[in-house]
Amino acid sequence: MNIGNIFAIALKAIMLNKGRSFLTMLGVIIGVGSVVLLTSIGTGLQSYVSDQFASLGSNVLYVVPGNPFAEGGGGSESSLVERTKPTLKRTDLAKILRNTREYVSEGTATAVTTAEAKRGDVTKKITIYAVTASYPDVQTTKAVKGQWFTSLDDDRSRRVVMLGSKIATELFGATDPVSKSIKLDGQSYTVLGVLEEKGGGFGGPSFDNYIYVPLNTVFDNFNVQVVSSLVFTSRSRDDIPLAKAAVEKVMLERLKSDEFTVFDQTQLLKQINSILGVLTAGLGGIAAISLVVGGIGIMNIMLVSVTERTREIGLRKALGATPNVILLQFLIEASLLSILGGMIGVFIAFLGTLAIQSVFPARILPSSIALAFGVSTMVGMVFGAAPARAASKLSPIEALRSE
Amino acid sequence: MSAKPFVLQLKNVTKMYSLGGEQIRALYEVTINIREGEFVSVMGPSGSGKSTFLQVASLLNSATSGEIILREKKVANYSEIDLAHLRNREIGFVFQQFNLLARTSAIDNVALPLVYAGVSASERERRAREMLIKVGLGDRLNNTPAQLSGGQQQRVAIARALVNNPSVIFADEPTGNLDSKSGEDIKNFLIELHKEGKTIVMVTHESEVANIAKRLVIFHDGEIVFDEQHGFNEQVKSEKSAEYVEVLKKQGKNFRKIFAKKTGK
Repeated sequence: MNIGNIFAIALKAIMLNKGRSFLTMLGVIIGVGSVVLLTSIGTGLQSYVSDQFASLGSNVLYVVPGNPFAEGGGGSESSLVERTKPTLKRTDLAKILRNTREYVSEGTATAVTTAEAKRGDVTKKITIYAVTASYPDVQTTKAVKGQWFTSLDDDRSRRVVMLGSKIATELFGATDPVSKSIKLDGQSYTVLGVLEEKGGGFGGPSFDNYIYVPLNTVFDNFNVQVVSSLVFTSRSRDDIPLAKAAVEKVMLERLKSDEFTVFDQTQLLKQINSILGVLTAGLGGIAAISLVVGGIGIMNIMLVSVTERTREIGLRKALGATPNVILLQFLIEASLLSILGGMIGVFIAFLGTLAIQSVFPARILPSSIALAFGVSTMVGMVFGAAPARAASKLSPIEALRSE
Repeated sequence: MSAKPFVLQLKNVTKMYSLGGEQIRALYEVTINIREGEFVSVMGPSGSGKSTFLQVASLLNSATSGEIILREKKVANYSEIDLAHLRNREIGFVFQQFNLLARTSAIDNVALPLVYAGVSASERERRAREMLIKVGLGDRLNNTPAQLSGGQQQRVAIARALVNNPSVIFADEPTGNLDSKSGEDIKNFLIELHKEGKTIVMVTHESEVANIAKRLVIFHDGEIVFDEQHGFNEQVKSEKSAEYVEVLKKQGKNFRKIFAKKTGK
């Protein structure tokens, strides 16, 4: 009795009962598929967010009021408001640029407010992003139509706006918005241009939905008098620590150290990554649960299928199959089903990942394949072989008698 | 009758079962010698031990004590693996329930013992085909059990029992699950096999079926109370068995017929 013969018997048994074989595989398919897919989503999400932040520029420095990174001792809301109360002024921008020229090349001040934008019959609640004329140099934003506003527009509080790509389409449709006028809270503004699409946002706020207005124009026409952040670019990436120190030094002349924070991309990225780490761990937890559920599914169907076949085992033994041959047959059956199921599971996860990639770069991890595949096939083999082992030890008479 | 060699001998074979802590004696000191080419039918009321006898004699079940000698070789201290090999080579089975593999073609069912004997695939197919033609199913090679009638299924089972050319064919109520016409077919078939010189041991409770055999053995209370070769067993140890012997003896020469009536239902 060679192994090839037993293999042939096992293969035949699988083919004979396609329904049962498929159900057995289903457990493995679900277990492997969900684990691989979920981890690919998790890692994809992480790298996506990292990339998004990197695209904002790696030599950018931010100055914000208070300390948003402080570990909230009490963690209550009032303390967060307290920690970030507005302390920045527009004059800080000029002062910093003047005193840190060695390391800092550009800078802008920003403020945010909301308004109702109206163009013809279309009315939308929008976010106004108030910035200085140097904003496009700091955040590398290009106008695809028209021109960005000038310092003169800012100095004179001219009622001009730049539109994010999405809000431009929403307000103007196919029409070219340049030189057309829109109303913001009832006042007329001239559209100077439209910005290139920045993407991202995930349903949250996106740069493409903002309307960009000169800072002074916003101060003069809206109920906003505070700068929410100052943004600078250092001359090079290596200058970041020096630029940061220089900016801090200037700010300390006017404010106390806990009244403002200067931070760069890496700090922000660290913060984001720690949040994403929790998310990935959560997804991993879900994946682990599905692996357990899949494993139990495999276990059940293996137990049922072997119990159901006790009679067959009895017959095979009566006709001359030794216990080892029986055990080997079932082990081969279980392994084939587990491995095939695992491969189908990975394939489905692969398809799922491809589908998701149109939204964000999900990525299959080889380690997740190894883990899911390993666990599922192990469970399949152990729980396929254990009842078979018990059945192979039954006397043929007992096994034949079972119904 | 020329003295053909013994194929199967049981010497003082006892089989005890433990059922709910109670020891049950299924076979008690059973001794029987079966020569090559004999056709033996085994009868007895329910619980008489006839089925246990068949299981133990066919090496499906082990004896508690006593000797089993197959082709003049003692089957003692055999491992489960050795027993499996012996069953594979020396024993052919025909069950009441047919016990064919479902969804498996007739030819594959017949070839199954040869798979475990390590016979090559082409040789397996040749021999299985030959056997199915022999049992008159040459045109049903690829039909599965579900596509065959009960009688045809039993013929597949007989082909399977013959395919490894065994020393003894054991049949357990071979007509028990068949209508009378199919039962008649199978009976004729067994007679045919006997004429060819096969050794057959058949358990049945149907007298008409038992009557096709040349030698009748009757069990009661785990003991052989009558063996056509030796007459009534005067050494029966159990009281109940002894009574049974008395009853049968009183029937005189007609007891075979009367016995058949008594147990025929």
